[in-house]
Amino acid sequence: MSEKQDNQLSRREFLSGSTAAAGLAVAPGVFLTLTAQAKPAGQPVSSENRWGMLIDSNKCANGCTSCVSACEQENGWGSANPTENKSSPEQKAQWIRKVTLRDKETGHVQSLPLMCQHCEHPPCVDVCPTGASFKRADGIVLVDKHICIGCRYCMMACPYKARSFIHEDLQDQLPHAPRGKGTVESCTLCVHRVDRDSDKAVPACAEACNSEGHRAMVFGDLKDPDSEISRELKNYGGEQIRADLGLNTGIRYRGI
Amino acid sequence: MTRLYRFARNLPAGILMLVTLALPLVVQGGGVPMPDVPKAKRHYSADSECVAPVDEMRKNHMEYILHQRDETMHRGIRTPQFALEECINCHVPENTEVRAGNPEHFCSSCHTYAAVKVDCFQCHADRPVKQTNFHPLTSGRMPHHGSDISNNQESLSEETLLVLTNQGGKEE
Ligand code: SF4
Ligand code: SF4
Repeated sequence: MSEKQDNQLSRREFLSGSTAAAGLAVAPGVFLTLTAQAKPAGQPVSSENRWGMLIDSNKCANGCTSCVSACEQENGWGSANPTENKSSPEQKAQWIRKVTLRDKETGHVQSLPLMCQHCEHPPCVDVCPTGASFKRADGIVLVDKHICIGCRYCMMACPYKARSFIHEDLQDQLPHAPRGKGTVESCTLCVHRVDRDSDKAVPACAEACNSEGHRAMVFGDLKDPDSEISRELKNYGGEQIRADLGLNTGIRYRGI
Repeated sequence: MTRLYRFARNLPAGILMLVTLALPLVVQGGGVPMPDVPKAKRHYSADSECVAPVDEMRKNHMEYILHQRDETMHRGIRTPQFALEECINCHVPENTEVRAGNPEHFCSSCHTYAAVKVDCFQCHADRPVKQTNFHPLTSGRMPHHGSDISNNQESLSEETLLVLTNQGGKEE
């Protein structure tokens, strides 16, 4: 990342303001010019895109949970929805969690956020008896809660423990993130942001990480060779968690 | 025969109960109680009160919502015209204490009357919710670096902070 020249300021860096000096020079109107190629609202998502994220565990700060709180706020779960108050902590929804790893040999500690990996071959979709668990054309894996019967097969099938089941009646959900008792849910890759403006969209977690100045998460289109994430992956690589499963995850990690 | 008789005998009591249960009903010209449906906040356009002709919406709103639901969920089409979110935004006042299930709620006013149960609001917001993409907890703050850049003029000017914090708001 450090190899990047200053004049190649990415949209994400600009939005996050983490490169302060450059951000100052640009007028607010610049944001408008960036929306030129966004998907029109009435057009369906297409398989020309595949959304993914690259997470650099070396940049991820130990003890920082900004991504988790941002996701809670954005999607109205956890601390952002106090009506889920009867479930035990193990039962409560957890769309994204921080995982800390300690190398027993060296004592090296590293941490990383873990959420739905948006697999290309998602086991959760394979096992779903109703078709509620599905993958969109652009690679985002979702639960259609209108169809979900709450059998929780997908939770058993997911190797990443990415899904949660809602055990109790909820209220005050957010309009773009409906959630309710008897259905399963997981990270949506902030699909409502992606749909609203695929060109500019950054999931809430990555946005928060940028705001914190850690910049451990890069979101983008894996099928666009010019996107920041594709360039990063091409130049410096990235790994899948449990690549041996052959799921071709959309979330890639570095430094694990 | 006796069954019919008993039914007929209980009928007035039944009607009375129905009427008292459904309090916000108003009796109109013909003497038929009608649901008291709260007014929408605005007209959809100059020529149309609602997103489709009102008669059509009364009869078939569920078809529109169902269609839009699948379009949004599976194909990522988020046009506002038939989105449930926009129904709520226009038909339910902000900051109201009235929730779905209460006959004063727009949807429930009719659904209680017609005795048709809806489960939309087990998951969906039943009141307008102000949305922002801006997280007051995180934007512009760097607690892990021991500083809050909103107080640190060296890092970001006030102008930049404004840009960063305001631009994420939802466009109407
Ligand atoms: S990480 Fe789990 S929930 Fe997400 S797509 Fe893969 S199997 Fe499904
Ligand atoms: S819980 Fe819902 S999404 Fe998961 S497998 Fe069962 S029906 Fe499918």
